[in-house]
Amino acid sequence: MNAAAAVAAPTTPRAPARRRTELGLIVLAVLLVGGLYAIAGLGKAGSLPANIVPFLLIFFALLVVAHVAMRYLAPNADPILLPTAGLLNGVGYTFIARLSSSQASKQAAWTALGFLVFIATLAVVRRGRDLERYRYLFAFAGIGLLLLPLVPHIGENINGARLWIHLGSFSFQPGELAKLALAVFFASVLVERADLLAHGTVRIGRFLVLDPRYLAPIIVAWGLSLLIFLAENDLGSSFLFFALFIGMLWMATGRAYYLGLGVGLFAAGAVFALKVIGHAQSRVQAWLDPWAHPETTGYQIIQGQFAIADGSVFGTGPGQSNASHIPYASSDFIFAVVANELGLVGAAALLMGYLLMVGTGLRIALRADRQFEKLLAAGLALILGVQTFVIVGGVTRLIPLTGITLPFVSYGGSSLIANWILVAVLLRISDDTETPMVVRPSSLVELSDVGLDTGMIDLGTPTPPESGVS
Amino acid sequence: MNRQIRLVGAGVMVLFIALFVQLNYLQVFHASALDNNPLNGSRVVREYDRPRGQIVSADGQLLATSVPTKDQFKYQRQYPLGSLFAQITGYFSFTYGAEGAEKTYDSILTGANLSNSLPTSIQGLRNLLTQTNKSQSITLTVSQKMQQAAATALGGRTGTVVAIEPATGAVLALYSNPTYDPNLLSGHSQTQVMANYKKLVAAPGNPLSPGSYRNTWPPGSTFKIITSSAVYDHNPALATKTYPVLNALQLPQTTSLLHNFAGETCGGQLLSLFTVSCNTGFGAIGLDLGGQNLYDEAHSFGFDQTPPLDLPAVAQARFPAVSSFSQNQPAIAFSAIGQENVSATPLEMALAAAGIADNGTIMAPHVLDHVTDSQGRTVSTYSDKPWLQATSPATAGAVTQLMLSVVNAPNGTGGAAKIPGVQVAAKTGTAQTGHNTIDAWFAAFAPVPNPTIAVAVLLPDQPSGNAYQGGTLAAPVAKAVIQAWLASGAATAKAVQSSSAVTSPSTTSTTAPSTTSPSVTTQVTSPPATSPVTSPPLTAPPATSPATTLPPATTPPTSASTSPTSAP
Repeated sequence: MNAAAAVAAPTTPRAPARRRTELGLIVLAVLLVGGLYAIAGLGKAGSLPANIVPFLLIFFALLVVAHVAMRYLAPNADPILLPTAGLLNGVGYTFIARLSSSQASKQAAWTALGFLVFIATLAVVRRGRDLERYRYLFAFAGIGLLLLPLVPHIGENINGARLWIHLGSFSFQPGELAKLALAVFFASVLVERADLLAHGTVRIGRFLVLDPRYLAPIIVAWGLSLLIFLAENDLGSSFLFFALFIGMLWMATGRAYYLGLGVGLFAAGAVFALKVIGHAQSRVQAWLDPWAHPETTGYQIIQGQFAIADGSVFGTGPGQSNASHIPYASSDFIFAVVANELGLVGAAALLMGYLLMVGTGLRIALRADRQFEKLLAAGLALILGVQTFVIVGGVTRLIPLTGITLPFVSYGGSSLIANWILVAVLLRISDDTETPMVVRPSSLVELSDVGLDTGMIDLGTPTPPESGVS
Repeated sequence: MNRQIRLVGAGVMVLFIALFVQLNYLQVFHASALDNNPLNGSRVVREYDRPRGQIVSADGQLLATSVPTKDQFKYQRQYPLGSLFAQITGYFSFTYGAEGAEKTYDSILTGANLSNSLPTSIQGLRNLLTQTNKSQSITLTVSQKMQQAAATALGGRTGTVVAIEPATGAVLALYSNPTYDPNLLSGHSQTQVMANYKKLVAAPGNPLSPGSYRNTWPPGSTFKIITSSAVYDHNPALATKTYPVLNALQLPQTTSLLHNFAGETCGGQLLSLFTVSCNTGFGAIGLDLGGQNLYDEAHSFGFDQTPPLDLPAVAQARFPAVSSFSQNQPAIAFSAIGQENVSATPLEMALAAAGIADNGTIMAPHVLDHVTDSQGRTVSTYSDKPWLQATSPATAGAVTQLMLSVVNAPNGTGGAAKIPGVQVAAKTGTAQTGHNTIDAWFAAFAPVPNPTIAVAVLLPDQPSGNAYQGGTLAAPVAKAVIQAWLASGAATAKAVQSSSAVTSPSTTSTTAPSTTSPSVTTQVTSPPATSPVTSPPLTAPPATSPATTLPPATTPPTSASTSPTSAP
């Protein structure tokens, strides 16, 4: 895995055009973020932010470095994801900077790290299928990451939810990364057993029922992580995780009864949570009738509603609202701040950004020609879509509020880094798909699939003599 | 698997559509309900986080200003003159919202009225993007000098003074005792403010409610101004009818009597009835006129209508419905002398006097003179407009003669308002409250023939005595206020200004000591433009304010010139 090999990565005639499109979109994203940053500074302090020039230069540089890395590492990949993710990240940073300068400097560091991890992911994962081989490693890593906050001395309770680890002055939410690891695990196991899962093999009376043996590893992983999430009191992630599992199971098998099973399990889980977890009860009460306790449990929801309503169609203008008094304005409730200051127009545009990313992710899944990549890409897109829906729906009181982050926009390093990895994996799968067959070692795929594992890495990066021809 | 992936796409689409719908609900359909929710402090919080324009008196005194604070908000509202202007400026309280001019002119003071306009310049664009320079200041028509004169004349007694410039409707003084210090409510300590508010609500006389325009009392004999106008407008023959000399009037449908004040006897024609405030005579006139005529006249003077004063929650004066008289003829007699179910705010009685002073036209009363931007430039000036054509110039002239007699005749009840060298027209009122006290009224205007001030004074709940207390108690207050006005030079400044134009409204900055009369500005945009006195632009003095585009009036308003139309 060296630079020479990377430079020699196969390209198609469309590749330069795609990368040019990407660069153009990056310039557009930087202009948008720069304008927003300038206006937010004017709105808040009445003057342009002192650091606007270095800010824009660094932001532009990060995106260009990522873009250049793409030219070498994934030249045929989709051109939309990187600029869109960059735009969302920049918009998020602007709003965090407008709310808290101390958080902004941390978020800037996390953003830079996010780009680094993005490039590193592309560099390390040279082919989507490489991930498939380490499925159990990912499963253990995922569960281990989930367990970390429960470890004494390292774990940390924040607002009743134990999902942080603390090492020195460095705190991290490992659950964010666990989602990705488990998505990889699910995708590989489900693809392998899709047929078994789709057709019943055990007869009970008139019905053919699935052999529980095939489902066992998945059920165990799912049940374990769900338990852990509940032990850590993180309802949002718990729901996201559950939706991801059911969604991937259904996509892999095409069996609608998994959806039915999922709804049933979810209902049972919801009843259980309502009966047992006080946290969940108060969340649902605050959702149904926040006005009952406007000063306590309903306060955050109500202030969010006021802020969103205050934004009306065109918003107060960046930096001009007083939404900063909402608790957790920069993390859970950042969408309320955006809706307040950019109005319905800006909030809808932000949602369009997510829709664009989810749509692109699903298109990558549709085009992928191996089942594993297909399911993984669709799962990752589903994470992005469901997570956005859960937090935006919670903030707008469409569904009960659960504290998860708005991808790329909320303050928080773990979430940012996990989402950059997510985008990197999607781009990797896209590049796999779009790279022409002639240069793909497709004949070797079968070899690797039948057990020729030793040469995997070398097989992934051949030096194709045809590259100049194609 | 592709089918499922497409369905997942459709599912995510549905979820996002639900989000769009919810956003539309919150930000468009349900937005105003949420904005107006009493729990929603965000609007007020925002207004506390940015500077708010100042309120300045006509003579340049700072009445309300925002000073930077270091507590939970960035600015706190302060009222340097305390209680003197409380019932005009009102307060701007985080806990209790806004009141008075703070409420009426909230959008100007915050600059919110500007944010909807498209920027036409770089500065405008800058103002759109920032909020630093948007707030505007307002200058009132009321001067500290006049307000202080009213407070001093009342001398701590419970009572109300309303003074209005007849030709423009500009309020010159608006003061009531008891009053309150708005600083008590504009603090940021919520518990302290709530304690203060509770104390004020419990205080006698309800200081938080400006008696001048929100409370009503029976106007008593000051209502005879309107009864007399009704005579000239509806049945002029009654003006020369001689009524018998009586001490009590036998009323129809009943055995009860209408007594004269302190058992006096009086009678004669309208002029002598008016001069001594003869109740038996006016009761009989009321019965001769009939309920409908009295009702019509009261209405044309603004009863049962809300005066368009630019302050919140102005109360209406009340006159009974005509139908109520059919079974109760004595009520007509009592209504004709401002008793029974007739009630009026001091503002209404000042407006009635101003209507007579201004040839029958009542101008819309207002406390706003002009608006300045943060650089002190005048951005707009209140343009005077008529409110009602109360009566004809001829009737107004005739009633003026009656009112002059009240002050000038040896037996007039208003002699205490006599000012050497100035013709004062007035009517006293000593209304019975029904619990052995009286409300002492005085409604006046001066100087005849070119009145520049109309005043109503009320001292409620005075112990009843044998003197006409409207004349003995209220008249000296009105006299002091009129004298303060005439002495201030503001009344004559117009004549000076019209010929020399030395003053410019744009110099009326919030800090500069006022050498400029604010009434100069209002005078410029004077009464309905048809007035023949208004100079054509060609003859306008060259140095008038650039902020005003209308030609300045060249003479003070006179009885003959400012009435645009006559009554039907």
